[in-house]
Amino acid sequence: MTTTLSLRAMQVDQTGVIAAVNATGELGRRIRDMGLVPGTPVTVIGRAPLKDPVALRLRDFTLTLRSNEADFIVVGVDPLEDRP
Amino acid sequence: MNATLALMGNPNSGKTTLFNALTGARQHVGNYPGITVEKREGRLALGGLDINVVDLPGTYSLTAYSQDELVARDFLVNKRPDAVVAVLDATNLERSLYLVTQILELGTPLIIALNMMDEVRRKGVGIDTARLAAMLDTPILELVARTGEGCDTLLGEAARLVHGPKKRAPLHISYGRDLDETLEKMQDIIEAACFLENRYPARWLALKYLENDPAILLQGAAEPETHERLLGATHSLAAHCRKTLNADPEALIADYRYGYITALLKDGIVTRPDTQTRRDFTDKLDAVLTHRLAGPVLMFAIIYAMFMLTFSLGEYPMGLLESFFGWLGDTATNLLPEGLVASLVVSGVIDGVGGVLGFTPLIMVMFFFLSFLEDSGYMARMAYMLDRVFRMFGLHGCSVMPFIISGGIPGGCAVPGVMAARTLRSPREKIATVLTAPFLSCGAKVPVFLLLAAAFFPGSGAAALFWITAAGWVAALLAARVLRSTLIRGEATPFVMELPPYRLPTLRGLCLHTWERVWQYVKKAGTVILAISILLWAAMTFPGPSAERTAMFEAQRAAIQAPSWDNDAARVDALAAIDNAEVQDALRVSVAGRVGTALEPVSAPLGFDWRTNIALLGGFAAKEVIVSTLGTAYSLGEVDPEDSGGLSARLVADPAWNMWTAVSLIAFVLLYAPCFVTVAVIGREIGWRWAAFSVGFNTALAYVVSMGIYQVGIAL
Repeated sequence: MTTTLSLRAMQVDQTGVIAAVNATGELGRRIRDMGLVPGTPVTVIGRAPLKDPVALRLRDFTLTLRSNEADFIVVGVDPLEDRP
Repeated sequence: MNATLALMGNPNSGKTTLFNALTGARQHVGNYPGITVEKREGRLALGGLDINVVDLPGTYSLTAYSQDELVARDFLVNKRPDAVVAVLDATNLERSLYLVTQILELGTPLIIALNMMDEVRRKGVGIDTARLAAMLDTPILELVARTGEGCDTLLGEAARLVHGPKKRAPLHISYGRDLDETLEKMQDIIEAACFLENRYPARWLALKYLENDPAILLQGAAEPETHERLLGATHSLAAHCRKTLNADPEALIADYRYGYITALLKDGIVTRPDTQTRRDFTDKLDAVLTHRLAGPVLMFAIIYAMFMLTFSLGEYPMGLLESFFGWLGDTATNLLPEGLVASLVVSGVIDGVGGVLGFTPLIMVMFFFLSFLEDSGYMARMAYMLDRVFRMFGLHGCSVMPFIISGGIPGGCAVPGVMAARTLRSPREKIATVLTAPFLSCGAKVPVFLLLAAAFFPGSGAAALFWITAAGWVAALLAARVLRSTLIRGEATPFVMELPPYRLPTLRGLCLHTWERVWQYVKKAGTVILAISILLWAAMTFPGPSAERTAMFEAQRAAIQAPSWDNDAARVDALAAIDNAEVQDALRVSVAGRVGTALEPVSAPLGFDWRTNIALLGGFAAKEVIVSTLGTAYSLGEVDPEDSGGLSARLVADPAWNMWTAVSLIAFVLLYAPCFVTVAVIGREIGWRWAAFSVGFNTALAYVVSMGIYQVGIAL
């Protein structure tokens, strides 16, 4: 079963599909220009040494954004299987 | 016949590499008028045509919000290049096509160049370019810009396109029923009113209204009637979309564009090997280089290594240049008759410009490494790792490089540092970075610190330098925090940034980038700096000493020359003492000396007398001048900043100096107005009002801090 959560809450190596981008204005435009639109699969591939920003893999490239920017992105994820 | 060919593409798609491959040495770099976005142009002879190739700034979209993107779009729309080459990173086809669809919607004649095909092939990915070309009705060429593979085919195609019609039918993407209906209605309004029609296709214009594009809305407002009708249609659609779909039209447009691209790439245009290894070279490298613990450690090691290399490699050519200017000065002294002209040429022109040009090797090496870090993709990782820290002070992850180059490690220089702030795309963070970078302890301030530390804190020069460097960082970060919450207030710019794959830069590209920046620096030295050097020389020379003072020194000399002296060495010493006394005397009555004396009431609370004041005024020209001017003012003749032992002893012995004067002076030198080369660069990068602000603000801050230190110190 798929649940939705904010991109900020995703864990490293977790994959999901973008369900909604709630940002407007310049931030929203920038996010969409980079290809973060609903239906796009994203994987969290890492976080910076101070936990913020977060690095994502989507459409064959790597993107970083700050956690407070990740708040605007809602992702549908499959529940994690037996994560330690 | 002339024609224009524009290169467009995402950042890091290899546009500039292609540009270099196409135009070779026949290129030049400037700025777009009034802004600091770089403009590269080159010439190319092609089938009897003289083609002007323009490398537009990297952009992800034609919906412009940053200056780079606005430049790229305006060029496309207003200058109407005869053909556009869209340079795409073929390893990242999907996102790259987002820009392509927008260019196609505009109807500009286009060639799509799929760059980095070698990487695509190595990964075993297949792209059916012929079929994609047919679907987009646009020529698509495979290219490896680094090696030049495919460039000839590209030129052939470009020649064909340049001779062809200037327009093609704009691409028509469906944006869903609601949007399409409104778009058609708006198109009718636009066509009926001939609204801005010479510049944009009607549907494209309607789309820009729906996207709320500020630049287009501003143009449209010139024709209020149509503008209002279009806005009305936009608003009612926006209300409808929000009610039924809970989304803005601009979001829907982006969704549909990506939907169109996904549909294009479906059914076998791109084939991937079944067992695709997700962890390619970049991922493996990133696992180490951006690791939570190893990443920062390696980053500091890399920065430190770069610094050591810069100074050890830069030292030798710098020494050569210094000797050259020394030789030039000596030659001029011998050739010219003694007098004002000789003094102007030697002290004003050769010393002034030579002092600035002497930095050229350092700047060259520094920019070479900087270009390497940038072109290889590592710079983006540094920004990623440090963004959290810098954000607390209202800066951006990308501010780290300008800070380090400016003197984050002692020995930097704010001139290349300020220029390095160009990598910051956000205006507010860029201004804050540029204004605060000069607080760091640049290489020219270090001799002053060492002199004072040696004199008043004997044996602890290294520790003093460490704390002064730390103080520079604290001052820069705190000042940035203050500026960002007062004068340059505003939301932090989004940190939506790509981490490009690691790539080995081409030597040619690195050399070209380095040369461009060094040349800008040298040009500045030849103009602004020359003028200010001459002004400063005049201030320290005129008006010369009165006739009776000169006569007095002559009489003293004559007395020594008298044969009663039998010890040659003693006579030479005595003559030198008189020469020095005369120089000090002349300095005291010069304009600079009078200003220095007049400033004594102002500088007394900081513990500085007229001699220090002149040195600080000279330090505005270049901080290196501080030590040598202090030498002159303390009648020691020329003092080599590298060897200031005699001056140290003199300062300690002078009753006007104590430990707190030294600390106060250190703080003042660290913080006060940047040298004029830096001010000139700041003026060019962010505007002359900010440059003036930087002089005033830094000096005021230095004054307050030094006064605090001195007053508290002597009260203790």
